[in-house]
Amino acid sequence: MKVLTCLMLVLALAGCTRERRKPTDVAPSSARPEGSPESALQPGPTGTPPSAEPSAVALPAEGMPHAPYEQSAWAVSEGKRLYQWYNCVGCHANGGGGMGPPLMDDKWIYGSDPIKVHQSIVDGRPNGMPAFGGKIPDSQIWQLVAYVRSMSGLLPKDVRQTRSDHMSVRPSEQAMRPAKPKNEAGTPPSAERPG
Amino acid sequence: MSGLSQSNRRVIVCRVVLIMALALASVAAENPAPSKDGQWLRPAKDFASTRYSDLAEINVGNVKQLKLAWSFSTGVNRGQEAAPLVVDATMYVVTPFPNILYALDLAKPGAPLKWKYEPKPAAAAQGVACCDVVNRGAVYADGKIVYNTLDGQTVAVDAATGKEVWKTKLGEINRGETITMAPLVVKNKVLVGNSGGEMGVRGWLTALDLATGKISWRAYSTGPDKDVLIGSNFKPFYEFDQGKDLGVSTWPPEAWKIGGGTVWGWISYDPELDLIYYGTSNPGPWNSDQRPGDNKWAATLFARKPDTGEAIWAYQFSPHDLYDYDGVNENILLDLTLKGQKRKVLVRPERNGYIYVIDRATGEVLSATPYVHITSTERVDLKTGRLIYNEDKKPQLGKVVRDICPAPPGAKDWQPAAFSPRTGLLYIPHQNLCMDIEHVEANYIAGTPYVGANVRMKAGPGGDRGLFTAWDPVNARELWSVKEHFPVWSGALVTAGDVVFYGTMDRWFKALNARTGEILWQFRVSSGIIGQPITYRGPDGKQYVAILSGVGGWAGAIVAADLDARDSSAALGFVNAMKDLPDQTAKGGTLYVFALP
Ligand code: HEC
Repeated sequence: MKVLTCLMLVLALAGCTRERRKPTDVAPSSARPEGSPESALQPGPTGTPPSAEPSAVALPAEGMPHAPYEQSAWAVSEGKRLYQWYNCVGCHANGGGGMGPPLMDDKWIYGSDPIKVHQSIVDGRPNGMPAFGGKIPDSQIWQLVAYVRSMSGLLPKDVRQTRSDHMSVRPSEQAMRPAKPKNEAGTPPSAERPG
Repeated sequence: MSGLSQSNRRVIVCRVVLIMALALASVAAENPAPSKDGQWLRPAKDFASTRYSDLAEINVGNVKQLKLAWSFSTGVNRGQEAAPLVVDATMYVVTPFPNILYALDLAKPGAPLKWKYEPKPAAAAQGVACCDVVNRGAVYADGKIVYNTLDGQTVAVDAATGKEVWKTKLGEINRGETITMAPLVVKNKVLVGNSGGEMGVRGWLTALDLATGKISWRAYSTGPDKDVLIGSNFKPFYEFDQGKDLGVSTWPPEAWKIGGGTVWGWISYDPELDLIYYGTSNPGPWNSDQRPGDNKWAATLFARKPDTGEAIWAYQFSPHDLYDYDGVNENILLDLTLKGQKRKVLVRPERNGYIYVIDRATGEVLSATPYVHITSTERVDLKTGRLIYNEDKKPQLGKVVRDICPAPPGAKDWQPAAFSPRTGLLYIPHQNLCMDIEHVEANYIAGTPYVGANVRMKAGPGGDRGLFTAWDPVNARELWSVKEHFPVWSGALVTAGDVVFYGTMDRWFKALNARTGEILWQFRVSSGIIGQPITYRGPDGKQYVAILSGVGGWAGAIVAADLDARDSSAALGFVNAMKDLPDQTAKGGTLYVFALP
């Protein structure tokens, strides 16, 4: 818990820097918890249920909170870094999925819309998506939203990532042909996700 | 002859059968032939985990006539790894999440549903189950069906009525704990272990009272001796396993608290020595640079007293594991004559690629022989007991190390082997996979994965990803091996009819001649097989063979969870080796039962 709080502080500070700035290379350092390895993160949504009105999420006047992030290559690259840092990669792999569903394909259980993706990350989802809201800064969540959407080519090509610093495991985000989202109803296909 | 009464004649026939049985038993290994028992009360059939049935109505001569008797949909389209149970005239089937238990009436035509029990596990458990939402089966004891739910609970259900008798919560999904293993009941204790070696979970085995569900002891796999239930009777055979509080001192400070060593595999029991045997999973995270030291007691085999949990000996298969070589596979307890000496041994086809023959009283390794292509290690040093790693294949931070064999699922994963006392052979379903790996920094956040590796698995030499191997444990050699396109992720079953059964991920259920490996019969099912075949005698006196189909598990996650094959790292890198599986099978969940016409 203590470590996670520290990480959040560091990241929150990093998040204060101007968006145009080149990514400050905050290399993740070895994070070993002291004492009991507990954090407030839980699989599945916690606390109050997601509000029925997505606009209850603090929206700037123009109602397009995602717009600045989705137009900034830097924000998307930050999102990619955070995607590793917060272990999204552990459950969703590099977009192909594992414990969590794929994020690089055209199937969206809860919707591909930036507001919906934001809600998935903030509130969690019932079949095991942890709620990150209140645990990481909202600006970082928007960076994650931008990156997640770039994985299936939903962002303009010029802001998507061209290469990875790691072992090549998938076509680059930039190489993705935009995948028109299917299944936008927002209901999980029940046959596929029992319970 | 005509003067003999019906009952006298039966006695004579019985004697002849008995003499024949004795003769056969002495010809093969010295293992006593099991009683003529047509039930199947636990996934591994017996405490020794042989998966051998002495039913012989279906045999080498007639198995080709095997026909579908009836089938049943489980209603759940995820990986079906469970073994059905048969108790008297009822069959019990447990599904993957949401872990429904069905009771089917074998006394009636077509085996109609008697009842079903729904434990309604927490949906969020699905998000912390590393490798599909599987369940490996239930166990019958004292009028109860006992099994585990994905969200970390153990339930006991009245076998006659389907009413819940007790339910005990053992794990915390918020910490990444799930339960997927099949419990074993020994001396009125239900033995249960946790899953979550990829989630920074601390492993344990817990014993519950069969009557009440109350916890009677818990043995952690890491931490101080008092938590591991190591006391004055603990006598490991090798020096590297000896010392005080090794579960703490072989880790960086505090790392043992999130160090894995979960207990998601199989447990065996030797009533004579009064010892249970089970292994522990990989240490966490996979990134081994973050946990210098031997990381005890992960990837370790434990022998414990079932009454108290007290550890009697331990042997660490893979000290400071570098490759996710969990040590949880089945332990097959055999009495073999080795070099002219009768020995009580434990045979373990281990994930790291060696078949170990271990003295089960002392923990001494008598032999450790490779059964697949291995590049990750050089050998097992029988003097020190240590596994010797190949320095060239050590994974590194930020650098790709290629062609490490076997891959993380190992030479063999959870899929249990069978042993026939008639042939003296072990029948091993397994895989031929290698990998490329790059370590990255792992960041611990409770309830999320704690791995720190990018992995890309691929077929090993020869290109066939699966093998079904007959192995002679006395001479430590392979007798024959059948190649399969995909990993053989199903268990094995062998019978006194000298037929061995297994299923493939490309939807074949197969019967082989147990002596030659010749294929005798196969049946195309609707979805790939990763379950455990069983056989039983029905209320009508006939022999039946049952298997669940329904692809999934770690190997089949690409289909069961609709993963995207363009990402080689999906399902912890397994997807790269399984990109063609969706061409061969869709999801499913169907029980198939076969019999002679
Ligand atoms: C512990 C595993 C786990 C972690 C960690 C995790 N997720 Fe998820 N995620 C899931 C699961 C499981 C679901 C599906 C939930 C459901 O179906 O109800 C999901 C769903 C989602 C969805 C909705 C997908 C859709 O099709 O609508 C998004 C978006 C998402 N996750 C993004 C993220 C991001 C970004 C992170 C990191 C900040 C993250 N996830 C971390 C398990 C995880």
